[in-house]
Amino acid sequence: MSATLAAAGQIVVPALSKAKPLRLPTVSDTELDSGLRVLAVRRPGVPLVEFRLRIPFTAPPGRAVGQHVARSQLLSDTLLSGTAEHGAADLAAAIQALGGAITASVDADRLGLGGSVLASSLPALLDLLAEVLVSASYPSEEVVGERERLVQELAIHRSQAGVVAREVLLHRMYGAHPYGHDLPQPEEIERVTAAALRTLHGRRVAPQGAVLTLVGDLQPAKATAAAAQALQAWAPTSASRRTPAPPAIPPPGAALLVDRPGAVQTTLRLAGPAPSRGTPDAAAFTLANLVFGGYFSSRWVSNIREDKGYTYSPHAQVEHPAAGSRVVISADVATDVTAPALLETRYELGRIATVAVGQDELDQARRYAIGTLALGTASQAGLASTISVLAGAGLELGYLREHQRALEAATVDEVLAAGARYLAPANLTTVLVGDAANITGPLRRLIDIEDA
Amino acid sequence: MPPPAASTLSRARRPAMSASFAVERGRLDNGLRVLVSPDKASPVVAVAVYYDVGMRSEPEGRTGFAHLFEHLMFQGSATLPKGEHFTRVQGAGGTLNGSTHVDYTNYYELLPSNATELGMFLEADRMRSVALTEENLVNQVAVVQNEIRVNVLNRAYGSFPWLTLPPVLYESFANSHNGYGDFIDLESASLDDAQEFFNRYYAPGNALLTVAGDVDVDQVLAWAEQHFGDIPARTVPTRPSFAEPAPKGEQRSTMTDHLAPSPAVALGWRVPDPADLTAFLPFVVLAEVLTDGDASRLQERLVLRDRSVTSVGGYVGLLGDPLDTRDPTPLLLEVHHPEETSVDTVLAAIDEEMDRLAQDGLAAAELERTVRRMAARYLRDVDPVLGRALSMSVFEQQRGRAELVNELPDLLSRVTPDQLQAAAATLQPQSRAVLELRPGGPA
Repeated sequence: MSATLAAAGQIVVPALSKAKPLRLPTVSDTELDSGLRVLAVRRPGVPLVEFRLRIPFTAPPGRAVGQHVARSQLLSDTLLSGTAEHGAADLAAAIQALGGAITASVDADRLGLGGSVLASSLPALLDLLAEVLVSASYPSEEVVGERERLVQELAIHRSQAGVVAREVLLHRMYGAHPYGHDLPQPEEIERVTAAALRTLHGRRVAPQGAVLTLVGDLQPAKATAAAAQALQAWAPTSASRRTPAPPAIPPPGAALLVDRPGAVQTTLRLAGPAPSRGTPDAAAFTLANLVFGGYFSSRWVSNIREDKGYTYSPHAQVEHPAAGSRVVISADVATDVTAPALLETRYELGRIATVAVGQDELDQARRYAIGTLALGTASQAGLASTISVLAGAGLELGYLREHQRALEAATVDEVLAAGARYLAPANLTTVLVGDAANITGPLRRLIDIEDA
Repeated sequence: MPPPAASTLSRARRPAMSASFAVERGRLDNGLRVLVSPDKASPVVAVAVYYDVGMRSEPEGRTGFAHLFEHLMFQGSATLPKGEHFTRVQGAGGTLNGSTHVDYTNYYELLPSNATELGMFLEADRMRSVALTEENLVNQVAVVQNEIRVNVLNRAYGSFPWLTLPPVLYESFANSHNGYGDFIDLESASLDDAQEFFNRYYAPGNALLTVAGDVDVDQVLAWAEQHFGDIPARTVPTRPSFAEPAPKGEQRSTMTDHLAPSPAVALGWRVPDPADLTAFLPFVVLAEVLTDGDASRLQERLVLRDRSVTSVGGYVGLLGDPLDTRDPTPLLLEVHHPEETSVDTVLAAIDEEMDRLAQDGLAAAELERTVRRMAARYLRDVDPVLGRALSMSVFEQQRGRAELVNELPDLLSRVTPDQLQAAAATLQPQSRAVLELRPGGPA
C-alpha cells in the first residue's frame, strides 16, 4: 500500500501522552548471620507472595564438569523427594495445602528454588523450605527411580532440534568450561548415587552467597523476620564459589552442521559474546541488537519473515550467565531456503556491524527498550524474578534506572561500535541442524561447513 | 449469577484467596461491547479485542483458516502500511500478539499507559479496514507453514495430542479437523475467502474490546466511541451449536512419530457443557486431583510408586485452558512411557485409580489442598494486567460475566467431594478415546 490514509493526513494516529517515570519499589535488604541475603518488597494486589532463592552452584574447579552437571541436575530433581519429616507425596501435599508451589532448577551458575504461596501462609511455606534445605534426605529408591526417569526425559528433550543445536553451540563456544555443558549425559547420570547427592547437598546447598527474594502482599520487616526465624537452622559451610571466568571464546571457524535426515526445517543458530549488564557498552549493544533482530520491528525479522516468509519466529536474544553474557541468534527456516536465509542473516549482521543505523530506527528501538522496562516489573512474579536475577549479577533494582539513562544517552556512533564489536558475522559461531543431503551444497557457496 | 453465600464457618477458616478487580461495561451503537478494569498499581495497560470465531468455525477445505486470518490482521490497513502496527506498538514501548483458539481469536497489546489511546486506535483501525492483499496472503501462508514446521512437523510429539486426538474423540468436521491446517488447504486460501471471513465474523457486534490497567473508565469509553464508533454495524452471525453425541464405546487409534524416541498415550473423555459451571467445575478440579504434583493420584501411582512412566499430565480443554472453551470439550490425560511399559499397563493403572476414586472418594483434605493451589495459581495468572484482561475477556465473551475473575476461587472451593467422586465415575473405558503414539515409522 503506497498511499495510505494516514500518510495522506486524513486519519490522525493518536500521539502518546507524557510517559510516566519508571517507578521502582523500595527493596528491604538484610544479610542474616548465616550469610543469606533476604530481599523483601511489598507489592500488594492479589493475596500472594512470590519467592526466589538462588544458591551459587557452579562446578568445582579441576573436577569433571560432566559429573557435576549430572549430579546437580539429579539433586535439583530429587531435592523435594523427601526430608527428615516428609516423604515425597506428603511434602507435595503440605506445600499444596498452603496454596503453594516450590520448583527447583539448576544451571551452570546457580541452584534455584522458586514459587508462590498464599500470603497468609508465607511463614508455613518458609518452614517447609527450611526443612528441605536442612534435611533433604535423597531416599535411595527415589534417586534410583528419578535417575531412570531423567535418562528417558533427556532422550525426549534431545529429540528436539533446538536442544541439539544449543548443546553443540555452547560446547563449541565454551569447551570444558561449565557453560560448555548444557545438559547431563546419560552415562554420567547412571553413575550418580544417593550418597553423592547427600554429600553435594551438605557441601553446596548453603546460605553464604545465597539470596532469597520475597515479593507480594507482605510487610518487608515481618517477612524478613519470618525468613530469619524459619531458616535459623540452615547453617553455612566452607564452600562458596563464583563461576570461573570463561576462556576466551575461540574464533568461530567453520559452521557446524548436525545432520537431521529428512528434516523439513533447518535449525539455525549464531552466537557470540555480549557485554554484561552494567558494563559501558551494554546499552548501546541492547539497541544495536534490537535494530538488527531483537524485536519484531527489527530489520532481520522484516526481511526473512515479513518480506520473504522463510521462517516463523526469528529472534536475537541476549543471555546473561554470571561469568559473561552472550547473544544467541535463532531461526528455524524451511529446508529449501536454508542458504538464502543464512545469506540474509549474514547480510543484516554485516549491515549492523559496518553501517550506522538511522536516527529514526534507533529512537524507535530506544523507546521499546525503555517502555518494556516498566512492563517487566508490573507484576509480583515479574518483579520477583527481576530482583532475583539482578541480585545474582551483583546488581540492585536501581540498576534499571541507570540502564534507562544509558539507553536514553546512547548515540548512533556508540551503537555502530557495539554492532561492530559483537554482531559482526565474522565473529559469530554458527551451528545448523538440518537435512545435510539437501542443504550442504548451497551452504558451502556461502561459508565453510564442518560436520559436528 | 451471584453465588450463594458460603457458610460462615468455612469462610472463617479459609485464607484470603480471591481478588476484587473492578469491572465496568459499555456498548457502542454498532454492537461492540467494551469492558474496562481500572487498576492504578502500575503504569501499564492491556488492550485486547476478542472476536467470537475460532478454529471450529472454519469451512471444510479451509482447515487452518482462522489462524491464517489472524496473521493477516497484522499486515496493515487502509490507514497504515504493512509493518506499522508492530512499529507503532513497539515504538511506544509495548508488546503485542494474537492467538487463535477453538472458539475465539484474540489480539492484544501490553503498553505503558501513556499509549492507551494508541493501542485502542490500532485495534479499531484494523477492525475497520484491514488490508487484505495477495502479496500479504502469499507471505503469511509461507510464515504459517513455517510455524507448523517448527511446532509440529520438525518436533517430536508436535501434534500430540491436540491435533491428533480430536479425530478419535469427535465425528464432526468442526470438532475433529486439524486447526493448524493442511498445507494444501492453506495454499488454496484466497483473498475472497479472507474478505468473506472478515465480513462475516469480524463485525463489531461479534467483538469485545477490553482495556485493563492504569486508565480512567470514562476516558476509555470516550476513546472507544471516538475510534470504534464509526465502524458500521454488520449482521452478527448466529453461533451454531457444535454439539455432537459422546462416543459409543471406546475409540482407539494409533499414530507413528518418526522423531519421537519413546512411546506415549493420550486419553480423552467428553465432559459436561462448560456453560453449566456447577456441572463442569468438578471435572476441572478432577484433572488436578489426578495430575497436579507429586501428591496427585496419577503422579503418585505411576511416577513415584510404579515407576512405569516418564511423565503424566492432565487438563480440561484441548489447548489446556479449561475455562476458555465452549461445548464440546474434553478432559485429557497425556502419558509418556518407556518401551518396557506397555500401553495396557498404563491404562490398567489409570482405570484402577479412577475406580478407587469413584468408589472410595477422596482422602481427608485432598480436595481442599488441591483447590487451594488451583485458586492461588489462578490469582497468579491474573495478577499481571495482561493475564487479567485475557481471563476477563473470555469470561465476558462466553458467559457475559467478567466478574468471574473475582468469583472463580470461591466457585472452585464449592466443589464437593461427592461431585468429584461422581465425576470420576463417568471417566470409564467405554466412553473414552485412546490414541497411542509409536516412535519410528516413515519420515
